[in-house]
Amino acid sequence: MSHFFQMGGYAVYVWGAYSLGAVVLIGNLWLTHRAKRRLWRRLLEM
Amino acid sequence: MNILLFSIPATLAAPEKFYRYTSRLLPKIYFLCSILFLLGMVGALVLAPPDFEQGDSFRIMYLHVPSAFLSLSIYTAMAGAAAIYFIWRVKLADVFAQCCASIGACFTALALLTGMIWGKPTWGTFWIWDARLTAELVQLFLYLGYWMIRQIVPDPLQAAKRSGILVLVGVVNLPIIHYSVVWWNTLHQGASLSLMNKPTIEASMLYPLLCMIAAFFLYFIVIVLLRMRIEILWRERRSQWVQALVRQRVLI
Repeated sequence: MSHFFQMGGYAVYVWGAYSLGAVVLIGNLWLTHRAKRRLWRRLLEM
Repeated sequence: MNILLFSIPATLAAPEKFYRYTSRLLPKIYFLCSILFLLGMVGALVLAPPDFEQGDSFRIMYLHVPSAFLSLSIYTAMAGAAAIYFIWRVKLADVFAQCCASIGACFTALALLTGMIWGKPTWGTFWIWDARLTAELVQLFLYLGYWMIRQIVPDPLQAAKRSGILVLVGVVNLPIIHYSVVWWNTLHQGASLSLMNKPTIEASMLYPLLCMIAAFFLYFIVIVLLRMRIEILWRERRSQWVQALVRQRVLI
């Protein structure tokens, strides 16, 4: 298992890149859902 | 023939129809995207063997290539939408282009950053002013410029017009990015995948890449549809169908 996380000595690069990818993918979903919640609130207040 | 050609796009271009149609469509795309993403990640991180020359650092490619692919294809779609908006005044096309910009910018940034992270152990440097890298950076500025015009110009019609012109002018950058590795003697390697030729990488490395590209593409579709639905509800907030949805509290 630790062999997997070491990534043949490239751990910093590989996991660094994949965490950036996670930030972009999860971040976009989160921002979209936040925008949706805000819109609901504004529509219900109208 | 007229009915066939125009009725389907016209139906989908009506905001209410679009909203109801995508309500049914979204869960299916979401499901398919998750499956492909899981398959792609297992293939990318576990099943694909380490590269002969690059070792495990090549696994960054499974994020880099799909991001770069999205960076170019989202821009192409935006340019198409801008053209449709200018020619036929389809408002939905403008909504689409508007919702694409920030997603495109995110994936262009991700393509650049993952490329830099990979470049350090492989080329020995994070950045070099090479044709492919510079053209991709210009692409990021095009997305940001589009997004800024949308934010700054207060009148929606003016914003649509000006940002549409920018996106159409920026199309010249697409062939420059694509052919930069052919036209100039660059540090960036040539394409691993092409529609015309046989892929230059091995099957166990290729299939995870195809899965990831498909998953990223579907992810983009999910996000852009969700954002378009938000934008449509806001633009149409005074219309009867939105009011009815609000009264029944069935906003999805």
